[in-house]
Amino acid sequence: MSMTITEKILALHAGRDSVKPGELVKVNVDLALANDITAPLAFRVFDELGADRVFDPDKIALIPDHFVPNKDIPSAQQARIMMKFAHRHRIKHYFEFGKSGIEHVILPEKGLVVPGDLVIGADSHTCTYGALGAFSTGMGSTDLGVIMVTGKTWLKVPATIKLVYEGRLQKWVGGKDLILFTLGRLGVEGAVYKTLEFSGDVIKDLSMDQRLTMANMAIEGGAKNGIFEPDEIARTYIEQRSGRKGHYLTSDPEAHYDNVIKISVDEIEPQVAIPHSPDNVHPISVIGPVGLDQVFIGSCTNGRLEDLRVAARILRGRTVSQGMRLIVIPGSSDIYKKAVQEGIIEALLDAGAVIGPPCCGPCLGGHMGVLAEGEKGLSTSNRNFVGRMGHPKSEVYLSNPAVAAASAVLGRIGSPEEL
Amino acid sequence: MKFNGSIWKFGDHVDTDLIIPARFLNISDKDKLARNCFGDLRPDFPKNVQQGDIIVAGSNFGCGSSREHAPVAIKTVGINVIIAKSFARIFYRNAFNIGLPLLESEEAVDAFSEGDMASVDLNSGDLFQGGKRFIAKPIPGFMMEIVRAGGLVDYVRQKGFV
Repeated sequence: MSMTITEKILALHAGRDSVKPGELVKVNVDLALANDITAPLAFRVFDELGADRVFDPDKIALIPDHFVPNKDIPSAQQARIMMKFAHRHRIKHYFEFGKSGIEHVILPEKGLVVPGDLVIGADSHTCTYGALGAFSTGMGSTDLGVIMVTGKTWLKVPATIKLVYEGRLQKWVGGKDLILFTLGRLGVEGAVYKTLEFSGDVIKDLSMDQRLTMANMAIEGGAKNGIFEPDEIARTYIEQRSGRKGHYLTSDPEAHYDNVIKISVDEIEPQVAIPHSPDNVHPISVIGPVGLDQVFIGSCTNGRLEDLRVAARILRGRTVSQGMRLIVIPGSSDIYKKAVQEGIIEALLDAGAVIGPPCCGPCLGGHMGVLAEGEKGLSTSNRNFVGRMGHPKSEVYLSNPAVAAASAVLGRIGSPEEL
Repeated sequence: MKFNGSIWKFGDHVDTDLIIPARFLNISDKDKLARNCFGDLRPDFPKNVQQGDIIVAGSNFGCGSSREHAPVAIKTVGINVIIAKSFARIFYRNAFNIGLPLLESEEAVDAFSEGDMASVDLNSGDLFQGGKRFIAKPIPGFMMEIVRAGGLVDYVRQKGFV
């Protein structure tokens, strides 16, 4: 039976020859992850189930990233609870302070996900790993607690929407713009319960960093997962980082899709999502002069080395505008170090940026850059709902790192072309 | 399972940042979460909501983050059921997992207003308000089993992981 790549991965993990959209299947989980704010509730479930050990200490990842370095006393308690659980159960992939980063940046970087894997995370942006040709989706803490005990979960097989990107990318346009453009077309519920399968000639040339950015925001369209067929670019990335072989699956030519959407990229400019929804997307040329108080470059969406490189390229030799708060947060310790070695950090500091420790930081209005009442922030992260980054009467705009860097210099939303 | 209660009405795309802002995710105490439920959007809600009240909302309720703190806060303030035009998928799963049932009915949501009294019969999917009857989409059998057990943990305890 012809299947999509998502259906094949689910069939593989359900021990079935084939599966169809709409079916409920029970699957084995290759990697289960949680962070400092979702893990405590999962541990409670683990205890309520009366378990004394996890199903496999090598298949669980616990990452302190949301409210660390400890934001306040309650956050410190939560981080400590996670550390103690990780040590007690000898969790292989627990990232100690100083060797950590944002979960969806560090797990691909460390080669913990390979093509064909089935990954469940207690974080909505777990969909990120679909860029590696894995089935990867977010769930809540209770589901994660049950998985930590049993190593299994149930899933409804999603139907797939195929996105085909064709043409030639304009300057400054990358994965972030493609996914924002796509969300603008689909809407925040355009892909509910479905898989977004990213394909097309444009995709074939995209680096892994750009693919991770795109898969990261599949959830913003309501999707169950986002996925790229793993190709030579994926193979090179994986083989540099993991000893595991993986399954390099592809969608069958006769596989059924609920919808096939062709997107021509020739005319796509850098995109901006304006308040208060990630699908409220417009091309940069129609955004009027929006004054900004803060620019944040980082997050699991755009906190990788390529993102920092493009920001430094624009900021080198320039300074941020008067009163602008530019916050740059490398997504992991390794990225931070490489950025230092490449002179990126120096260029950013000279421009007036504040560099934060690898963590989620301002993305969810926790710490490291909260917005006050009436303030406007531009962010390379993934959500801009009301109150997302601070006061309910603040506003958040979303963009790619190049636009963010240029805007920090201009003091308002603008394109690198204006500099 | 039958519920009666007063309606609190919300619009479309109510995201989990509205239900429980991130600054409260450093706590897992249910009562503290409940006190801050919808606190930025509707400060009157946590103060005035009564046990047994019903939330009625538009499409894509619960979109955004996977934070389970969101349905936990709603259930702890006393809401027994949410009726919406549609639900975001992580929220849908989380709510059933903690024993908070969800029903979908576009017509009922359009007809119900804030402050109305409504009755819900979970087994039949019947929704009653002011003498009118609507039928919600049936809850999938597996989700009903989870809710009847009291949530996923109770379900797994009773049945093992099926």
